This record gives sequence, structure tokens and C-alpha cells, in this order.
Amino acid sequence: MTTLIDRRSPSRGPSRRNILGMIGATGALMISGLAVINPREAWGLEVVALKPETMRTLIVMARDVYPHDRIADRFYAVAMKPYETDAAKDPALKALVEEGVITLDTLAKARHGVAYADLGWEDQRVAILREIEDSAFFQKVRGGLVVGLYNQEEVWPIFGYEGASAEKGGYIDRGFSDISWL
Amino acid sequence: MAAPFDLNDDSVVVIVGSGAGGGTLGTELALKGVKVVILEAGKRHNMEDFVNNEWESFAQLAWTDMRTTSGSWRVHKNFPNLPAWIVKSVGGSTVHWAGASLRFQEHEFKTRTTYGDLDGANLLDWPITLAELEPYYAKAEDRMGVTRTNGIPGLPGNNNFKVFEAGAKKIGYTEVSTGRMAINSQPRHDRGSCQQIGFCFQGCKSGAKWSTLIAEIPRGEETGNLEVRPESMVLKIEHDNSGKATGVVYVDKDGKTQRQKARIVAVAGNSIESPRLLLNSASSMFPDGLANSSGQVGRNYMRHMTGSVYGIFEKPVHMYRGTTMAGIVRDEAGFNDKRGFVGGYEMETLSLGVPFMAAFLDPGGWGRSFTSAMDGYVNTAGLWIVGEDMPQETNRVTLNTEVKDKNGMPVANVHFDDHPNDIAMRTHAYKQGAAMYDSVGAVRTLPTPPYPSTHNLGTNRMSEKPRDGVVNKHGQTHDIPNLFVSDGSQFTTGGAENPTLTIVALAIRQADFIAGEMSKNAF
Ligand SMILES: Cc1cc2nc3c(=O)[nH]c(=O)nc-3n(C[C@H](O)[C@H](O)[C@H](O)COP(=O)(O)OP(=O)(O)OC[C@H]3O[C@@H](n4cnc5c(N)ncnc54)[C@H](O)[C@@H]3O)c2cc1C
Ligand code: SF4
Repeated sequence: MTTLIDRRSPSRGPSRRNILGMIGATGALMISGLAVINPREAWGLEVVALKPETMRTLIVMARDVYPHDRIADRFYAVAMKPYETDAAKDPALKALVEEGVITLDTLAKARHGVAYADLGWEDQRVAILREIEDSAFFQKVRGGLVVGLYNQEEVWPIFGYEGASAEKGGYIDRGFSDISWL
Repeated sequence: MAAPFDLNDDSVVVIVGSGAGGGTLGTELALKGVKVVILEAGKRHNMEDFVNNEWESFAQLAWTDMRTTSGSWRVHKNFPNLPAWIVKSVGGSTVHWAGASLRFQEHEFKTRTTYGDLDGANLLDWPITLAELEPYYAKAEDRMGVTRTNGIPGLPGNNNFKVFEAGAKKIGYTEVSTGRMAINSQPRHDRGSCQQIGFCFQGCKSGAKWSTLIAEIPRGEETGNLEVRPESMVLKIEHDNSGKATGVVYVDKDGKTQRQKARIVAVAGNSIESPRLLLNSASSMFPDGLANSSGQVGRNYMRHMTGSVYGIFEKPVHMYRGTTMAGIVRDEAGFNDKRGFVGGYEMETLSLGVPFMAAFLDPGGWGRSFTSAMDGYVNTAGLWIVGEDMPQETNRVTLNTEVKDKNGMPVANVHFDDHPNDIAMRTHAYKQGAAMYDSVGAVRTLPTPPYPSTHNLGTNRMSEKPRDGVVNKHGQTHDIPNLFVSDGSQFTTGGAENPTLTIVALAIRQADFIAGEMSKNAF
């Protein structure tokens, strides 16, 4: 069983020294034992079925596929979490994901000498994704993400979308025709 | 109250499907005193159960049983198992239709005569005229409560409409309004007025929008002559040695196979399932499927020339607030071949929420170009284009015998290629839609490809001569007198207009015909 993303108290997180030792190009995403953690956003995602490094790479990749600078990492992590849950039950999926990440890292190392998630520039990572965008791995991740990311109610306000309205009486008295700049 | 009819009662009219065609026909017949059983594959929901959440609602209402696709249309690449976005539930696709209710234009019943012989297009005149259908259009508008008819005022314009209207007028369009909508702008027929909830595609929770689920079927049931059996998937229509239909085989809600006898069978499963059912009912007497002596069952599949244009502005629009589609420009709807194509198109306001916008804006798209468009969501206005597409014999619903559904029935394969006329029209419409938004200050416009089909038409088309089509001008099959087609698959050609008003008008007309023939002891 994997845990949901926890809001970890700093005292339960890894020591500050460990964290410093691990900070790379991927900014706030780190590995601690069997978890991907983000101390800045105060969450951790336990990873058992997949390698923790794989999950970290998936989260970086998710942002590269649908980059929104105003959306925090945790939303991308929530969108990628099903791969951990499903990989536990589905060996074929697990292989697809693990091998897909190996491909990303192999390409990154050949081009730039470091793993995909450690590449400093989004452009460098995106160039690698463009090379594999027709692969089953990429299509699987993108297809899951387009629902998994944009269907989170918590991200809607960031886009200015207000979601369900029936229980609020619709918009008849709440600005359905309030446009003023035309 | 629902009237339970016996499986062996061979005096009933059995209707397959409870949507725009089937739900209307069943109700109208029941009101005339005819006993009707509607078999509906989907579940029955109450309007309180509808959810203001796009994917959740999709899971609740959409037809997601397996289908396959082929052809050069982009839907095949991006949504290979979702050729159409339509409903499997009592009420059919009227549960999540937008309500735009337009009559066909006169020439659209005579496209072969008006447009001439177009390479690759299987154009044919309808066996009926606008004049013949007009009284039924009037009846349909009255029962559906269509705004701007019968003295019903138009709906108020929402933000998305205001941007659309300003842009349309700026570039010289004159036929711009909040349209003719089967949505109450004021209380009528025991239903309240629109609360501008903004989830018309997810089922109207206020009851302002007409659907067969809330506005027809309950009226039919009150007569005691109509029984609707949900979760009843019809697999086969049976016939006797004389070639007359005798009933249907269906799988009930418990997974049991049942056989309902019938005096008349009417097929109204929408334009993918209706031909699938006729083809799957092949027998030694009718080896190519029922009513298929012309070979036209499943052919001439039309989906309207569609596409969307979104415009992103400097300031907020909040397009999702209020009615999804109450806004129309009709200036391009007429026939004017100076534009480089035959037929015409409408532009109608459209909004999607964030989840569907992400899925449909540029299916398969990713990266900053995509996400910066999503970042502009709140400042976005949207419109949908809907135009007449050309019937082509090769655009076709067939049985995919390699893929079976859970009942062992071969699934439908939907093959589609655009006709060059469709492409020319879409190019024109993208340009005009973008010009509308540009004229009122859009910083970016996005020509968005067609979604999985919401309008599915033509696969059992009407024809004067039996060799050209499947049904006659009453929707009665040319081959089997007591077998009818009652949905959009009857359309000979598609017109530029959203199809439902025409489906409903045809169903009311068909009910008159069936009741008349029954009283003469036909069938
Ligand atoms: C999102 C959306 C918006 C739309 N907006 C508009 C609009 O604004 N204006 C407009 O004119 N049109 C609109 N439409 C189109 C409109 O909904 C359809 O044209 C219309 O409902 C089609 O009617 P029908 O009777 O052919 O089929 P449907 O209404 O789809 O009904 C078919 C029913 O048959 C059932 N069925 C199928 N096969 C079987 C079987 N073998 N056994 C038992 N039951 C079966 C299905 O489950 C379904 O419930 C919209 C559609 C969608 C999806
Ligand atoms: S906007 Fe009006 S018609 Fe549409 S769902 Fe809401 S109340 Fe119903």
C-alpha cells in the first residue's frame, strides 16, 4: 500500500543536510528512502511498486508535458500517483513505465551526461520528449495526465474556472453577463 | 404510471432507444392510444442526479461500450474508441444536448437538385419538402418550448455571447442572436426557467431544458400506454417467413436474454447503433441485414462539418457561466457557392470547462503552446461551427466482427474521411470565426479540430426510390412494412442546422402515419 501524499511536518522529514546533498536541477523534488519528497511544499509520496527515482522522473516529466508555472508540484504528483498504484497490480504497466524512464535517462546521458530529471533546462528535457512522443510510454503518461492534472478540482481556481454551480443557484445572479470591458 | 406489457403481447409497438426520435415517437403514439414498449440500453436517471462535473457526468451518461474507428479523420487517431460523444441513458442524447433548435432551409431538402453532381458526394433529394414538414416543425417547437417561436422570448445573452455578438457585428454579420433554444426563458409546461447553471452538456439540473427524459416520456407514461424498460440492450430484430418483423431479442438488466413480441418495430438507437442493429439482424432471408436490399444501411454516415474557434482576450470572459450554446450567427448558413463550397454553416457559442478544454482543445497536444492557451482559460471565448457535410457512400458504419461487446454482439466500426467540400467549408469557417474574435481584440485565436461526433446522421437514409436508400418518406423501411427507423439516421442529407428539431418533427409525423395505418389494420 502506498500512502497518499502526506503533508509532512518538517521534523518527520529528512535532515536538512541530506536534503542539501540531494538538491539538483529538479529543484525541490528529492528522494528520501522509499519516498519522493518536496520539503518546500511539505509533502512526500511513498513509492513501493516503482523505484522512487522513477516517480521523481515521472513528476518532472509531467510538468514538462503540461508546464504551468502557477501550478505546484503536488498536483503533478497527484496526477502521477496512479502509476504507482496501478504498477503494483499490473506488471506490464510497471515494465512500460520503468523502461520508459530508462530510455529518458539514456537519451539524457548520451546528450548531456546527466539523468533526465537532473537536466537544468526545460528545453533540453522537452527535446528528449519530442524524440519519444510517439512511444507507448509517452502516450500513456500524456493521456493519463491530461485527465489526472486538469480534472483536479483544486487546480481549477488557478485557471479561473469555478466548477459546479447548480448548488449555488447557477450564475443567474452571479455574473453570467457581467462582462464590462467590451 | 408505467404500464407493464407482456413479453408475448404482439400488439405493441416496440421502439429501440428513448432519445430524440424514440422518446418522442413513443410518447406521441401513447398519447394517441397506441401501446408502446421502449427498450433502452442505458439506465434511468433523475435530473437531481446529474452532476456538474464533466468527467463524472461523462461516466454517468455517455455511451462508452466498445466501438472502433477507421479513416483519415483525426478522431480515429486521438479517440480511436470514441467516434461519438452521445448518451446511453433514458432520454438518449437529449439529456446532454445544448438545445439549439433550428428548422432546415428549403433547399436543404433538395441538395442534389441545388448543388448538382459533386464528385465523391452521394447527394440525393429528400422525398419530403420543407412545406410538408412545416406543420410538424410548428408542433415540435411548441412542445419543446423553443425560444423565439410561439411568442417565447429569447434567452438573455451570457458573457460568451456578448463577445461573440460584438465580434459578429463588427465584421458585418447581421443575423446574430441568442438563437432558438429548447430551453425555457420563462416558466412553461410545468418546467421552470433557465438558471444559467452552465452545465447543459451534463444534464440540466433545473429542468429548464427540454429532453425526452423529463418532458416527453413522463407524459407518455401517464397515459398507461407507454412502458420504458431501461438497461435493455436490443441485439436482434426477428421476422417471420413472410418477411414481417415479429419482435426483438434483448438482454435485460439482469443479463438475461428476453424476446419481446411486436406488431411494429421502430429503430431509434442513433446513427451508429441503428445500422448496427439492422446489420446484426441478418438472416437467411435477409443475408445483408434487415432493410438492406439497397446496400445503403450504414452508408452515408454524416457528422456535420464541425470545428471550434476559441479566442483569448486580455481581460476575463468567464465563458462557462450560463447557457452553453445560446448564441448564433446565421449569415453563413445559406447557399452561396462563391465561397468555394456548397452548403452553409452556422456559428454557435460554446464553452467547455477546464477538464474538457484540456482534452479537446488540441487532442494529443502538449508543451508550452498548449499550456499557455490553457492558462488563458478565464479570458477565453468560444464558438462551435456546424455545417452541412457531404454524404459519402464510403463513410460508413459496419459490423466489426473481430471485436464483440459483452453480449457477444459485433461492435460498430465507424469509418470517416472528410470530403474536399467539408475541408473547404471548415477552412472558411475557421477564418470567419477568428476574424470575429480578432475584431474585438483577441490576442490569440485557436482553430480547434472536430470533437467526437455529437451529430450522427444518415446511415439509414430516406429515399424516394428503394434502390437509393433504406426508408421512405415516413421512415418506413422500403423492404419491411412494419419496420421503421425513427432517429437521425433517416436524414438523406444533413443540412447546416443542428438536427434534433428535425428528428422530433419527423417522429411526430411518423406517429401520425403509424397510428393512421394501424387504424386501417395495416401491419
Ligand atoms: C453534447 C451534445 C450537444 C448537442 N447539442 C445539440 C443541440 O444544441 N441541438 C441539436 O439539435 N442537437 C444537439 N445534439 C445532438 C442531439 O443530441 C442528437 O441529434 C439527438 O439526440 C439524436 O437523437 P436520436 O434519437 O437519433 O438518438 P439519441 O438521442 O442518442 O438516442 C438513442 C438512444 O438509443 C439507445 N440505444 C442505442 N442502441 C440501442 C439498443 N441496441 N438497444 C436499446 N437501446 C439502444 C441509446 O442508449 C440512446 O439512449 C447534441 C449532442 C450532444 C452529444
Ligand atoms: S444553463 Fe440553463 S439550460 Fe443549461 S443546464 Fe443550466 S439551467 Fe439548464
